Amino acid sequence: MQDDKALFDIFRHPQTIRALSHKIHQEALKLSQPLKIMEVCGGHTHTIMKYGLKQLLPQMIEFIHGPGCPVCIMPKERIDQAIALARMSDTILLTLGDMIRVPGSQSSLVQERANGYDIRPLYSPMDALKIARENPTKNVIFFAIGFETTTPMTAAVILRADQENLHNLYFHINHVLVPPAVCAIMDDSQNRIDAFIGPSHVSVITGSQIYEPIAKRYGTPVVVSGFEPVDVMEGILKIIGQKNENRSEVEVQYSRAVTQGGNHKAQAMIDETMSVRENFRWRGLGDIAHSALRLRDEYAHFDAEVVFSQVLSYEPIDDHKLCICGSILKGLAKPIECTVFGTACTPNSPLGSCMVSSEGSCNAYYRYGSAL
Amino acid sequence: MKRLQLSQGGGGEEMDSLIRDLFYRHFSNDILLLSEDAAVLEINGKIAFTTDSYTVTPLFFNGGDIGKIAVAGTLNDLAMMGARPLYLSCAFIIEEGLSYEVLERIVLSMKDELSHSGAKIVCGDTKVVPKGSVDQLFINTSGIGEIVLEGLSAHNIQEDDIIIVSRDIGTHGATILASREGIDLESALCSDCATLWPAVEALIGENIGIRAMRDATRGGVAAVLNEWAVASDVCIEIEEQTVEVCDEVRGICELLGMEPFEFANEGTFILAIHPSDAKRAIEILHRFNMCANASIIGKVTRHKAKRVILKSPWGSSRYLERPKGELLPRIC
Repeated sequence: MQDDKALFDIFRHPQTIRALSHKIHQEALKLSQPLKIMEVCGGHTHTIMKYGLKQLLPQMIEFIHGPGCPVCIMPKERIDQAIALARMSDTILLTLGDMIRVPGSQSSLVQERANGYDIRPLYSPMDALKIARENPTKNVIFFAIGFETTTPMTAAVILRADQENLHNLYFHINHVLVPPAVCAIMDDSQNRIDAFIGPSHVSVITGSQIYEPIAKRYGTPVVVSGFEPVDVMEGILKIIGQKNENRSEVEVQYSRAVTQGGNHKAQAMIDETMSVRENFRWRGLGDIAHSALRLRDEYAHFDAEVVFSQVLSYEPIDDHKLCICGSILKGLAKPIECTVFGTACTPNSPLGSCMVSSEGSCNAYYRYGSAL
Repeated sequence: MKRLQLSQGGGGEEMDSLIRDLFYRHFSNDILLLSEDAAVLEINGKIAFTTDSYTVTPLFFNGGDIGKIAVAGTLNDLAMMGARPLYLSCAFIIEEGLSYEVLERIVLSMKDELSHSGAKIVCGDTKVVPKGSVDQLFINTSGIGEIVLEGLSAHNIQEDDIIIVSRDIGTHGATILASREGIDLESALCSDCATLWPAVEALIGENIGIRAMRDATRGGVAAVLNEWAVASDVCIEIEEQTVEVCDEVRGICELLGMEPFEFANEGTFILAIHPSDAKRAIEILHRFNMCANASIIGKVTRHKAKRVILKSPWGSSRYLERPKGELLPRIC
């Protein structure tokens, strides 16, 4: 355990964090204008808030919280689909973490579980195999969510289910892609983003290469960073360095696990089982072409959207009219600018998805206190 | 294998022999053996009275079992109010088919735990319910204690009071989570489950200026500190690096994206102490194995009323919120 502890202790080392803060303050003096950095991933929002990093940075640096929270971007109609699947007879619906708490149009999975339907949050997607084996007379449906980070796990489960000839395990695929969402935000004429912090776990799978077109096309530095406070601080320092030197490149701060090309085996598994959807509607961001994955036709017999299509509706459902999750996910507004933040919308009774997940920016602001 | 049957909760001969062979045998004391409809007790002065129901999966875990918690948990609630634990009631709701050997192990564990305080089980109830009606075994215990130190209250906490935690936090929650989810650890993560009265008795015996005490069970340290901040209308400021968290608990929290502050404890308590007595309180606590790493973790201020602030070793701070919803692992 001692060695494992070193895995995070050195990245939370107080003197190192203070030294980075000092260095950032020095370098920021050379900036000609305020720097708006989007941390794409909700995990980074969480790090910034949990470790109070904003308090260690100069006023010139502003964070814009991005759309990289798989729970936050799930449109209501797809949550309603999960609920419709869960309500079928002899069905067990599986999903991950906070997903069970997100409100759909009428209900949430957690509410449906209380109503008696068999809905289980998994600790690992691999558990889906075990549950399917143990319940041969039930339809076991995995409501699969997440960005590139979690997609290989789903692919591995699909491949294993295929090998084992499991006939009762199905997949409702909601895996989404980072680059198209980033481009959608940058193509919005209102965008105010100068640079990006990219999530390291996505790039462990995809490599840092996925950001090269973005850095080139929009002239924005992208630094792929880890999730510890030292990682994020060093990532910010690298961004300021690029700005001061007039560079806009993809840099890897998290060099301990990220390569340019990524994990080829994981990529091959995804490619074997899934293909890119024509279109996917993101909560808050709307329709984005080629921004999500679906099961390949060869695996259609596993695809809950094909097998149970009769119970699924694709009618778009908009958010509550007071909720500004859309603007928050685009980086156009901060959670505290929302009129219902912390009043009508709290983690216990969220109106919008950004309040639900611990990776959502409203939730992080509420939990850790933006006002401190 | 002997298994519990419905008839053993039916009020007839079978139930009678279960009670005699198991409960009377191991919990034996004069009041219980009278076997009246109600126990008749003699107590002087003010009493504290509490109740709690215990459900835990798995029934046995590293460092304890449902029986140990059912005794320690209720006794601890009395101790936290400055009351010497005296008497307990004990009700078992047993699922038909539970192994007799399992039930006996649990009863023996309760007997053992009672020995740490001298409290007695003086009345009880047994139900055996059809399979599926409960998950193996539920236990309810109620407790009565005589108040030794009056006036302890969550509403009592004042500016400049010192906040102490009696040991490293989160081991019970992490142990249960690890065993439920099959997270295998190479080292022995162990629940903190323990009867706290001996340590509390020593603090009271040495006239430590205690304002409030609370065992940090469900909701963990985060829940207790927030309840106190609200009840006493104060700000509680915690220095994060002074809160001990063992490597195993930290590891599980890192893995699943959870906070040790939100994990349940079953033998860890938080104290608000008059500032001049804090050092002495720590010295007394250190005499007890279960409090061997008791430490001062923060103090009470007027900075932000009704809030708990966690201060990092690099100079930033954030709110420590009450836990909300079920504890769910992060997605990625």
